[in-house]
Amino acid sequence: MRPELHLLNDDLVRRILDEGFQLLVDPGVRIHNAEALDLLASAGATVDRPTQVASIPERVVRQALATAPHAFDLYDLDGRPAVHYGGDRVQFDPGSAAISLLDPDTLRQRPPQTADFVRFVQLVEQLPTIDAQSTAMVCADVVEEIGDLYRLYLALLYMRKPIVTGAFRKDTWWTMKDMLAAVAGGEQALAQRPTAVFDVCPSPPLLWSDLTCQNLIDCARAGIPAELVSMPLAGATAPVTLAGAVVQHTAESLSGVTIGQLAAAGSPIVWGGSPAVFDMRHGTTPMGDVATWMIDLAYVQIGKTLGLPTHAYLGMSDSKIVDAQAGLESAGGTILAALAGVNMVSGAGMLDFESCQSLEKLVVDAEIIGMAKRLIAGLEAREDPIALTLMRQLRHQADYLGQEHTLRWFPKEFYLPSEVIDRGAFDAWQARGAPSAFERAHARVELLLAEYRPPARAEELKSELRRLASSAAQRFGMDKLPDLPKSQ
Amino acid sequence: MTQDLLARLTESVVQAQQQEALDLTRQALAAGLEPLVIIDNGLTPGMRIVGDKFACGDYFIPHLVLAGRAMKGAMGLLEPELKRRRETARRAGTAVIGTVKGDIHEIGKSLVGIMLTASGFEVHDLGVDVPVESFVAKVKETGAQLVGLSALLTTTMVVQRRVIEALDRAGLRSAVRVIVGGAPVKAAWAQEIGADGYAEDANGAVDLARRLVG
Repeated sequence: MRPELHLLNDDLVRRILDEGFQLLVDPGVRIHNAEALDLLASAGATVDRPTQVASIPERVVRQALATAPHAFDLYDLDGRPAVHYGGDRVQFDPGSAAISLLDPDTLRQRPPQTADFVRFVQLVEQLPTIDAQSTAMVCADVVEEIGDLYRLYLALLYMRKPIVTGAFRKDTWWTMKDMLAAVAGGEQALAQRPTAVFDVCPSPPLLWSDLTCQNLIDCARAGIPAELVSMPLAGATAPVTLAGAVVQHTAESLSGVTIGQLAAAGSPIVWGGSPAVFDMRHGTTPMGDVATWMIDLAYVQIGKTLGLPTHAYLGMSDSKIVDAQAGLESAGGTILAALAGVNMVSGAGMLDFESCQSLEKLVVDAEIIGMAKRLIAGLEAREDPIALTLMRQLRHQADYLGQEHTLRWFPKEFYLPSEVIDRGAFDAWQARGAPSAFERAHARVELLLAEYRPPARAEELKSELRRLASSAAQRFGMDKLPDLPKSQ
Repeated sequence: MTQDLLARLTESVVQAQQQEALDLTRQALAAGLEPLVIIDNGLTPGMRIVGDKFACGDYFIPHLVLAGRAMKGAMGLLEPELKRRRETARRAGTAVIGTVKGDIHEIGKSLVGIMLTASGFEVHDLGVDVPVESFVAKVKETGAQLVGLSALLTTTMVVQRRVIEALDRAGLRSAVRVIVGGAPVKAAWAQEIGADGYAEDANGAVDLARRLVG
């Protein structure tokens, strides 16, 4: 039986949804995008042009919910379905768009460079419990205007797994789409077998900026899945009660589904988010807080009630280094996300409030994810009778190690961790130099990277991708892209 | 009686009771107290206590925000009276703050505004998504000594630099101290763009402002 976790009872689900629908009517949603306002107006919403507020009746939203797909797949770069959005499938990708990297040698944060992100992409490929890539860092060695597309360019050179990404501008989205289409073999092929999902983030409370709204519309029309990332900040930009924050999330996400479906009915859309409680002492947005997790789990339940694929930013830590706080916060969020059946859980590797990536943390998190996946694989009888025949055979002997039964079942029953998790004897650990979890993680990063083999990509494709990235760079005054790391 | 009234006004700020602060301010004016006395002996001590309570962990950010509103409401009654008397409240300095163009993050910037106000600055908060030229115009208009620029996105941090350059072009750079903040902003960035300082949080911003301007 697979364990499940629900925070909301039916009554609360109904009330949250009801208030979400009501908010879309009054006060409505601010939408700073003319095209979206046009779409909504022609569908029957009341649009006030001077204030750019749309009052969206429930029937318009219901119609959108009726055309939104309940499931879709992301494909790997070899054309195989690799990630399934829908139902209770649980998959993981690293936290995205970090603006710094935890340098393992200095334990200081520094701006990520091209070589850092390439190593990161390669590491993700090497970690079997991580299901998808993400454009996890913003490289500081290119102009800011191409920060989004440059990450995707690098990832596409080194990855096989599908990718969770996002655009920082309206125009760069098109270059990113061209890159994905080049890899997929055309726009139609990309729509049929999408390899990427784009995060689109409304701004709390109840606002769609021009940029994110346009990204959402453009994704829908291109058949590229979009992931709604509503981020109520409970107590600051959203009601402080957890249920109240979920109401706000519901309204923002419903408006996103509606805009996307009006742009292209049937376009794949994900009910995602990145809420947080507001830290009332430091003014920060703790991702490792239990109340943050509760908002996540509750909105995921709402999304499932609507039959939509789900996503959440969980499994992150606010700690600045890979320490006990990092472990406990990441484990808490990851295990709860798995129990809640979140389709895509973004966050692995992330420290310091979604701002700092760490390769070492990523390999630790990969172990947490392995354990979480084992947990939701559930506990089964395996045999019938469960143990009666075996135990009667062995009577009172403790000879289970010598049984076929043990050999057959232990790899399925147990989660077998890597050397990052220390389970040896004290003396053996001391003899190895008493390495901390962080040091063991660092060793594993280097080991896995040494074993990485790049995918076979046609030279023409690689130069086409480089051409797309370079011409975007030139538009923003950068003549030459940084060199790629030599070893690959 | 007077002392009691001022003590109750102080307490109303500490307890963040907006209506009470307004009522007591009206009473104090009706009793013939000078506006400057009401500010210096009634309101300001209240905000100081709030700041202390926040610093030692008894109070949280919502206390600051609500106490700040109580003080601001009372000041709204007192300012016309000061004007009538051609007096001005003692100020630690004048600050122009805002979140730069392209960025709509409000909270951090507003907290800095509240904390600066609480520590005696006259604060002109331009809000969010503020065009570069608006900062320049406001500095000209108010003669501010301090400019606070907030940016929460890596893509909008660059605008902080543009504001500094624009102040320079307008010949105002030497007259103001520029402080920058926001989640992705670090000390190295402040240095790179030629800002005068950077702080991690609202309390830090106040210390910095006092050091630079006070």
